Amino acid sequence: MNWTWFHKLGSPKWFYEISGCWLPGLAWAAGLLIVVGTVWGLAFAPPDYQQGNSFRIIYIHVPAAILAQSIYVMLAVAGLVGLVWKMKLADVALQQAAPIGAWMTFIALLTGAVWGRPTWGAWWVWDARLTSMLILLFLYFGVIALGQAIGNRDSSAKACAVLALVGVINIPIIKYSVEWWNTLHQPATFKITEKPAMPMEMWLPLLVMVLGFYCFFAAVLLARMRLEVLRREARSSWAKAEVKARVEASR
Amino acid sequence: MNAVRKKRLYIVLGILAGVAVAVALALSALQQNINLFYTPSQIANGEAPTDTRIRAGGMVEEGSLKRSGDSLDVQFVVTDFTKEVTIRYRGILPDLFREGQGIVALGKLGTDGVLVADEVLAKHDEKYMPPEVTKALKDSGRLPPTKEG
Repeated sequence: MNWTWFHKLGSPKWFYEISGCWLPGLAWAAGLLIVVGTVWGLAFAPPDYQQGNSFRIIYIHVPAAILAQSIYVMLAVAGLVGLVWKMKLADVALQQAAPIGAWMTFIALLTGAVWGRPTWGAWWVWDARLTSMLILLFLYFGVIALGQAIGNRDSSAKACAVLALVGVINIPIIKYSVEWWNTLHQPATFKITEKPAMPMEMWLPLLVMVLGFYCFFAAVLLARMRLEVLRREARSSWAKAEVKARVEASR
Repeated sequence: MNAVRKKRLYIVLGILAGVAVAVALALSALQQNINLFYTPSQIANGEAPTDTRIRAGGMVEEGSLKRSGDSLDVQFVVTDFTKEVTIRYRGILPDLFREGQGIVALGKLGTDGVLVADEVLAKHDEKYMPPEVTKALKDSGRLPPTKEG
């Protein structure tokens, strides 16, 4: 396998150049997919036979929950790369992805509560799925706080990487909580091995929304990382030249 | 991968495996406390405490719902298809409450084995369907007619 692309990521300048090429495409794809998915899901997908129209919150809730977990796995991978290969960019990715993940977790919890009130009859229940999701939110807060609290960049990177790695154990717990324990939250509608427990005209807009959320995350992450890379490399000549060019272009 | 990186990778993976084992042991020890509710079988086996508020969960048995004519009192039977438990409740039931639907009731278990509930939550399943499909399924007899409200 060719690992050149991986080793090239060690160069912030190379990352800055290549991410600049990807960013507009990702941003457009995110905007397009989310608009199409929202209109399709809210206006054209059929209502549910039991819940009526209130099930439509799934088109925000499920993508946000999937992203919240995927982003944490990404934090752990970045933490592993940072600890083992000592790659500086891994720490940039970890620090910049954490707030996005925290927001996604918050959106999933909030939409879940709004849906739970009419469907279950309760805003919040301390069942295994909801509680493990709340722990995920606190793990994100922990990573963000740890990154801000330690002044030395190397030790802060190390501490965050360890916390991100250890916290990743929560992810399978979230995923399988609905199967291991009795919970109020229903089991997964989508399984890799089985057909979805939902007709195609309902899950297609959901798929569009999930892809849109992934593109949105990638675009926001790249934009945040580019800014952070410029800030950290402020003394290098390429970063100075880039900032100068940007300032002159905006005049 | 050079030797230093390999060593660091093994250390990190070792720590991760250790923490995973610790969490798995803790969770299996706490198994009973993490479950949100007791199933009717657990209640019948005496696993549920009788002196404190517990949650009981299961399917509302078909044809078991009895409403009182002049008050909000309801009585119904919850089953896990092996054992049953009778639940008494006064109040407004959630929208999704119906026979054949999963519910969770919070209340105290009396000595007569009846759970006097002060809160009833509807448990939604993972299946979603447009209303037309449900109607077609019911007409062809592939879905029990009691599923509708």
